[in-house]
Parts: sequence; structure tokens; C-alpha cells
Amino acid sequence: MSETNPKFTVTIDGQSVQVDPGTTILNAARMIGGDVVPPAMCYYSSLKGSGGKCRTCLVEVSKGSEKDPRPMPKLVASCSTPIMDGMEVKNKSSEKVNEARAGVVEMLLINHPLDCPVCDQAGECHLQDLAYEHGKSNTRYEFERRTFDKVDIGEYIKLHMTRCILCYRCVYTANQLTEQREHGVLKRGDAAEIGTFIEKNLKNDFIGNVIDVCPVGALTDKTFRFRSRVWYTKPMDANRDCKCCSGKAVVWMIGDEIARVTARKDQYGEVKEFICNECRFDKKEKSDWNIEGPRQIDRSSVISANHYEVDAPEHTPLLNKA
Amino acid sequence: MDRKLLLEHIGVEGIHTHDVYRKNGGYNAVEKALKSMSPDDIVEEVKKSGLRGRGGAGFPTGMKWSFIAKPEGVPRHFLCNADESEPGTFKDRYLMEKIPHLLIEGMILSSYALGCNQSYIYIRGEYMYVLQILERAIAEAYANGWLGKNIKGSGFDLDLAVSTGAGAYICGEETALIESLEGKRGNPRIKPPFPAVKGLWDRPTVVNNVETIAAVVPIVNEGGDAYAQIGIGRSTGTKLISASGNVNKPGVYEITMGITVEEFIYSDKYLGGMKNGKKLKACVPGGSSVPILPHYLVCKTATGEDRLMTYESLADGGFATGSMLGSGGFIVYDEDQCIVRNTWNFSRFYHHESCGQCSPCREGTGWMEKVLHRLEYGHGKMEDIDLLWDIQRKIEGNTICPLGDAAAWPVAAAIRHFREEFEWHVKEPKLCMTKNYGLVTEKLFETVNA
Repeated sequence: MSETNPKFTVTIDGQSVQVDPGTTILNAARMIGGDVVPPAMCYYSSLKGSGGKCRTCLVEVSKGSEKDPRPMPKLVASCSTPIMDGMEVKNKSSEKVNEARAGVVEMLLINHPLDCPVCDQAGECHLQDLAYEHGKSNTRYEFERRTFDKVDIGEYIKLHMTRCILCYRCVYTANQLTEQREHGVLKRGDAAEIGTFIEKNLKNDFIGNVIDVCPVGALTDKTFRFRSRVWYTKPMDANRDCKCCSGKAVVWMIGDEIARVTARKDQYGEVKEFICNECRFDKKEKSDWNIEGPRQIDRSSVISANHYEVDAPEHTPLLNKA
Repeated sequence: MDRKLLLEHIGVEGIHTHDVYRKNGGYNAVEKALKSMSPDDIVEEVKKSGLRGRGGAGFPTGMKWSFIAKPEGVPRHFLCNADESEPGTFKDRYLMEKIPHLLIEGMILSSYALGCNQSYIYIRGEYMYVLQILERAIAEAYANGWLGKNIKGSGFDLDLAVSTGAGAYICGEETALIESLEGKRGNPRIKPPFPAVKGLWDRPTVVNNVETIAAVVPIVNEGGDAYAQIGIGRSTGTKLISASGNVNKPGVYEITMGITVEEFIYSDKYLGGMKNGKKLKACVPGGSSVPILPHYLVCKTATGEDRLMTYESLADGGFATGSMLGSGGFIVYDEDQCIVRNTWNFSRFYHHESCGQCSPCREGTGWMEKVLHRLEYGHGKMEDIDLLWDIQRKIEGNTICPLGDAAAWPVAAAIRHFREEFEWHVKEPKLCMTKNYGLVTEKLFETVNA
């Protein structure tokens, strides 16, 4: 196939890569890896229709293509813009991009409660990472933040809408993984909220995955809420025979106890194989699982900074940077 | 010089009915097109006419039509965007209310030109009574054989239906309109793919404004070249302007492109001058989303030339000293109007109408509204003005659809041209609260004119 299909060359921050036509700028950047990868809060490669919303992945196209070398007039969302042959993209090397991205982070944070000290997502929160890298330490927003009541959606999931950044990932997950459309976005503008229609419970074998796709702490696992900070738990690759899913998961252990179970995420925080609710919520005994060994977490997160890594992480851990 | 193409028969008693409309030359264009023109001929005539989209962006219609993908065996759709919700714009309503058959005739011609057999008019939910007028007119058109199967023996089938929105400005954005028409939440889609390739139900789709579609009728009747004769340069034909504000005769006017703004405001034929003999303070020439012009830039451009009612002249000087023709919502402010209050009001609108899909617009429009509210009600700080400038800069160009830009431009222009008035709101909060008008009557107007 690769011989018949001509490859397109795209240059991102001075690094070139050959990719198939139709690849988005973001995915091309991920093939290069490292610093040229724009952050993405809403894009999720396995969810159809996701992306384009959060605007953190904006990049500057300084050369449209070999045929039409004009630069694009506006910054474009790298997750939804397909590459052209000979395209040149500036990510971190562009002042415009850095400024716009800082602006987006500021916008995302003005209505975010910043209750990280009590938030279960802290430590593995994409918004935290993003704010650490691009945000400012003070805020210029002096008004009351929008708040919502916490809602139980289903037996195992807590929706804390106040923290939500409306990435729509959970909506797509529920739509695409499950058979019926179970929840969506109600209202509009900054009053928009994720909701199950008329407070219906989400009951589905795979609905627990909305917790994993959530980039912030808006959807949390009720079986794990407030039990421990994630960086005190030890992530271990584990598997079990499961009738509905692959049974491949990560178990997060405190001592010999399994505190929580999540799906396996790649370096961009994306789940490749979704797991079922039974694995996630019900199998909390060590005897349920066949433990493979410590989970290598690639992202430069606080979780990787812990001592139980078998191999040294590829990137310098964030905490040791200073 | 003065031609009326769309509103020529507007005064005729009963023009909203089929029989009267037909007597006054209605549906002649459809007869002509179906008998003697191929679809490509119509596209060619529209290209020749230089007609540009009347919904705001001003994109050449003929070119838009030529972009439509034509894969074998896939139906195409033609949609009319009647979701006119921009503050200050009410021309489409007038047209549909008074002379609905003109729109239907234009829909038939455009659908024929694009090879669409199922077309829709998407009308905003607030125009419920216009919906009834349109449905009555469509029923008449069906009864007289202008719609349905094998129209007038030509072999061309067309079904036309009207669908209503539910009160969202964002559904005037073409991809949001398509989503809404499909029965989903009216969120703009991420482009590409463009509607010309993947639109309604993933089929090639063209969306045009009511006035654009109506303008196809005179183009077919008189030929594209004749239409291009009217107007100046790349602004051809006539344009409906819905004028409001502090003028003697607000209303909908059909103007020939190229009359001067001065004539439009002051001549008795059009707006008849400022109300109560007051002075002109500012003008928004194209609906709430375009930049506001201060009085010294309304009638003359920055280079001292007469400003004309054309796409180019109104945009002369870029956003620094110009504006846009936009959708033709012409709002005139006299010396008693407060620009800060006006900007706040516009901001409030965009805050309310943001769909909430992408973050800069969702969070930024609300933030701007709150800061402007604070300024208007006397709690503002000097830093707020720079803060507003910074927020609008971070929204503009960084959003999925143009609503973000539309929210940012009026704020940017107001600060650019009326910064003193913003500062006055900070310095004299009590005065601002007691006198609900702007700085002009206080001092600015005198100093500028001195």
C-alpha cells in the first residue's frame, strides 16, 4: 500500500516527517514526537468527531503546501487540519501560537475551580499539565465562577460539572461505545453542561470509560473518590479473562490492595482498549487479576516521578526539572 | 442610477399572493430558465453578475456555486439561510413577509442551477408568523405547478420545505444550520470538509442568504451582464439595507451599490437625516458584529474620500479606520448614545448566543460582557480597558466559527475609536450612572469639532 500511495512531507518546527495523505497535523507531530507535539484537550484519536473544540492545539501554518505556498491567514486547530504536501508548520517556535495558547489556557481556567488539592484527577490531569506549561500563576478574572451541583450519574460515576472544560469527549464516548445516546450537552455558551437527559442514570457495560477519557476531574470513579492521591498508588499492568472486554488494564495499588482500575493509556493519555465496567468497578481483589509488572508511564507527570519505575523514564520527570 | 430589483413591486396590493405576483412578472424567470437555459447557463449568469453573498461575508455567489461537488448518484441540497438574527438586521424578514414568492422563485432557479431536487428554507423560530406566510406561498406555488414533480413540463422536480430553528443566532452559521436542520444541536462543524463537499446528511450542499437567492431572479430575467452594470466595481447590483437608530426614517431600503453614506443618511429619499436635529456620533454599517465607525469616519474614509455604500469602500482602511458592509444592518447613533453601553449590549448578545463549543468564545464572550457591565455601571478600572483589548485579541481568529470574531470586533472597534469614553466611565462613574448617555454630549463632541 505504501508504495502505491505517495507520502506527503510535512515540516513541524523544523523537523520533517513523511506521512500518508489525510493525516492531521497533530498526528504527524505525534509521529515525530517530543516537543513538537501540540497539547490536545479535546481530541481523542479513537473517538470519531472529537477535536477542534478546545483550541489548545492551535498551530501556525507558515507554508500551505508545495503547490500553494501561501501561509494560512489564521492559526488552525492541528487536530482537525489535514496536512498538505510540503506544508510547514510552526508550533512552539511561533510567538503567535504561544500567545494564543496561553490565551486559551487562561480562558479554560477562568471558570475552572482550581480545587486541585481535593480533586481526584490531580497528578494525572491534562489541564494541570497544560497550565503548568502555558499558564500564568495569577488570574485576571475577578468575577464569580460558574458552579454546578455535583450529580451522580449512575452507580459508579460522579459528575462534577464545575470542573468540566466541555471537551465533549465523554459525549462521543457514550455515543460511540454504547448502543444508545445516553448523555449530551444541555444549554449553550458558558452555561452549557454535560447532562444525562432528565437526570437519567447511565447504565451500560462500558460507560465507565467516560472517566478515563475525561481530561480533568469532572467525571470521577466513585469507588476511588477521596481514597488516595494518585501518586501514592502504584500503577501495575494487569490482565484478567473478561467476557466483554480485552481484560487488559492498569491496577493502581496501595500496598497490597487494589485501589482502582483504569484502562491502559498511551503517552498522550489516550485509551486504546476500552475496558468494561465489571473490570473497572467490581474486580478490586488482587486474586481477580494477573499482575504483569509495573506500568511504565511515559508522560512527564508526577506519577512517573515516583520510585517504582523499573526503567528510567524517557523524559526527565517534571518534578526533577527545577 | 436608481434601480429597484427586489422591492420593485413591494407596494402592489396583494403582492404576497401568487396571482398578483404572477401578474407583475413573477415566475417569468423560472419559465425562461426552464425553457431556454441549462443549469450551467444560470451559474454562468450569476458568475457574470458579480453577485456577492448578502448574508455578511460577501463571498461571490457564482464561485460558491461552482465549488459544489457533483459525485454520481448522490443527491445535492440547496438551503436558504433565513435565520436572520443579527441585531440591527431585518431585511430578510421584510422580504419574506412582503413578497414571499420572490424567495420561492429564487429557490427554484438556484436549485435548478445546482441540480438539487430537495431544498429547504431554514427560518429562525422567532419568525413564526413569517413561516405561515411562506408556507401559504409554497402551497400556492405547488398548486400552480411551480413546485413538485416535472415543473411546467420541463422534467425538473423540486420539493421545497420550510424548517424552523429554535432561537439560536449560531444557527445562522452555515454548518450549524445544517446540524440544526438534521435535528441535532446547532453546533458549527469543524471545517474542512466544507458543506459544498459534505453538508446536509453528508451530501454536497450550498447555503445562501434570503436576499442572495432573491437576487438570482432579476439576474436570470435581465442577464448577468445587465446586473453587473449596476453598482461600482466589485460591488454590483442592489442591496437591502435595514436602517435603525436615531434617524428620521428607519426601515428597509433597497439601494444601488455605490451611493454615498452621506446621501443615505441625510437625503430625504433614504433616512432623512438625524432625528431631532441631533448630531451623528457613530454608525455601525453592517449589523452588530462589524466594527463601529466614529462620526468622522462615517461619511469620509481616513484618506478623505467619500465613503460609499459598497463592500470595498466601507472596508476601506481595514479595521483601523474602516468597517464592513456585512449584512446591511445600518445602525445610526446620535450624540446622546453611550458607546460603552452599546458595546456592553452587543457583548451581552454574543455571550448569550455563543454555542459553548470552543473555549475562547465560550469563556471569553462571558468575560467581556462582565467587564463591560462593570465599566458601564461605574465599577470599572483603567486596567479593564486594556484587559478587554487583550481578551478580544485572544478570541479573534482562534475559534471554530466566525461568532468569536463577531463578538471581538465590536469591542475592539469601540475601544479603538472611543477609548476616551471608556476612560470617562472609569473616572466619572457617578456621572455615568446619572446620565445614561455617552461622553459626547459632555465634552468630546465639542473638542473634536472645535
